Amino acid sequence: MNLAVKDIRHGLGRFVLTATGIGMLLMVVMGMGGIYRGLVAEATLLVDRSGADLWVVQSGTRGPFAEISRLPRAIEDRVATVPGVLSARAFVSHTIQREHRVRTLRMMIQGLAWPQDRGTWLPLAAGRALRRAHYEMIADTSSGLPLGERVRLGKDTYTVVGLTRRMASSSGDPMAFVTVADALAIQFDVPGEAIRVERAARRARLEDLDLHRTQPQTAERAAGASSMIPALGTEMVSAVLVNVAPGYDAGEVATRIAAWPDVSVFAHEGQRDLLLRGSVDRARRQIGLFTVLLVIVSAVVMALILYTLTLEKLHDIAMLKLMGARNTMILALILQQAVLLGALGLCLAWALGLWIFPYFPRRVVVVDEDLARLAAIVLGIYFAASVLGVRKALAVQPNEVLA
Amino acid sequence: MSAGTALAVEATGLCKTFGKGHTAVEAIRDVSLTVARGELVALLGPSGAGKSTLLTMLGLIVPPSRGRVVLGGTTAFHGGRFRVNVRRFRREHLGFVFQKANLIPFLSALENVQLALELSDVATRRARSRAMELLDYLGVAERARHLPSKLSGGEQQRVAVARALANGPNLILADEPTAALDSVRGRQVMELFRTVAHEQGSAVLVVTHDHRALDVFDRSIEMEDGRLRPAAAVLAR
Repeated sequence: MNLAVKDIRHGLGRFVLTATGIGMLLMVVMGMGGIYRGLVAEATLLVDRSGADLWVVQSGTRGPFAEISRLPRAIEDRVATVPGVLSARAFVSHTIQREHRVRTLRMMIQGLAWPQDRGTWLPLAAGRALRRAHYEMIADTSSGLPLGERVRLGKDTYTVVGLTRRMASSSGDPMAFVTVADALAIQFDVPGEAIRVERAARRARLEDLDLHRTQPQTAERAAGASSMIPALGTEMVSAVLVNVAPGYDAGEVATRIAAWPDVSVFAHEGQRDLLLRGSVDRARRQIGLFTVLLVIVSAVVMALILYTLTLEKLHDIAMLKLMGARNTMILALILQQAVLLGALGLCLAWALGLWIFPYFPRRVVVVDEDLARLAAIVLGIYFAASVLGVRKALAVQPNEVLA
Repeated sequence: MSAGTALAVEATGLCKTFGKGHTAVEAIRDVSLTVARGELVALLGPSGAGKSTLLTMLGLIVPPSRGRVVLGGTTAFHGGRFRVNVRRFRREHLGFVFQKANLIPFLSALENVQLALELSDVATRRARSRAMELLDYLGVAERARHLPSKLSGGEQQRVAVARALANGPNLILADEPTAALDSVRGRQVMELFRTVAHEQGSAVLVVTHDHRALDVFDRSIEMEDGRLRPAAAVLAR
């Protein structure tokens, strides 16, 4: 006769409620682990998905994910000429926050190096990659923008032609992909009045010099569009992404480019490490420590539940001892219930997590490895917690039936 | 346990002292008694006389401070220590009934009796049919599938008696088994013990305050201040 199963069937409602409580507690533990993994996944998403072997960034900086990196776009062409470089493309990345249809629209804008990069590598959930050099956008579904939506950014209107899923920045903002030219236009958009003021200021500065009298054409150009002034006209990008040709050593190519004094070069893994050690490191550690704390709290709660369950049965255990029950039967009564409670709690945690986590504003990644680790922890906690109850049960004297 | 002897219990010079030094309380003082197989004996006395303590010592639940306990010819306690595996001995040779039935609340009446048999390694199917026979014998077979909480006090005590009888014990020890029952049901339980003693051949020692049912017993023993009173009345069967 299995006493544990009989006892559970007798108090099934209570057992299920207790298991549900434990399941929700474990779901929170699982969720914290998932948020931790989600943070890492989001942070490294772009670095991993971009497929670049090398990242060429502003000299002395750690790249666009760690700090501001600004490179003249011409570097792209210079890098492309290095032996062993299969392709070089400009990388522009910046975050915007605008009002769109009476709500705040916050996105990380990524520039795609048109025409060689049209976003075909993106995991499209709907729509298509870019087909035009301007005014098309691929947005993430978490931005809330539907296919065909028209979004005004700066002086131009962009049409959403494709939708990605789960493409978010390290800070959780949805990503939007446009061509590099459009990304720069969005980034450096200046109101007309500001342009007029700047031109007037340039003219005023020249009038203080003899230059406008000796070279009136220069004065005329300085008062015109910035793009017409060679010294001011160069575009700045965040980084240049490099793919190394087959048969070439990425290290050697990196060494060659790094010899230039105006750039720094990181391999894919280096950039990934920088990202994890930089922008998300504190958040990662914070969540990691909180998860540990949560595991400890859960262990204490579960131990108390098991101990209380055992205490409630002490009279019956005393009776069993009086009837001559062996210790193995009493141990089985406690341990089997503990394991069943833990297993059911874990299953509920998993099921609840699958149902609830997709509604979280940021990505929650639960992998099999974490689930197995949590199961092992729960099993360990339950055995450890059962020890308290078992000790109490074994210490019960049969004469306590008379109490 | 030897089947040859006619005595179910033979206790000699039993003493029990709780505490030490000046706080020591002598609960049982030099008690000697015998109970024969098939005999129903009442153990009477006021509260604090030591009746329950004596019962727990005879049931190998609490060790005596001094003395000797022989159960069915086997020396169970002597020289300050148990001479048998007490849990196994209780399982195979003793039955207990208390004021409260103390049935396992999550087992049905049938399962409570069945468990006692399974503890003695009786196969499940055999234990189930034997448990049913016992419940039928005690008149609660129709309540076999019910949980203790669904049984009346009298029914619970009948199931407890069935459980005590499960392994054919030589000695059944009952501690105020009718205290929670009305006089009619109390008497029914006492008569049940008489039937059990005479038909099953088990010795039954019952601690009771209820003098109204004394005529049911073969014999009564009275205790006071931890001692047996010398002039115990012997009742006719």
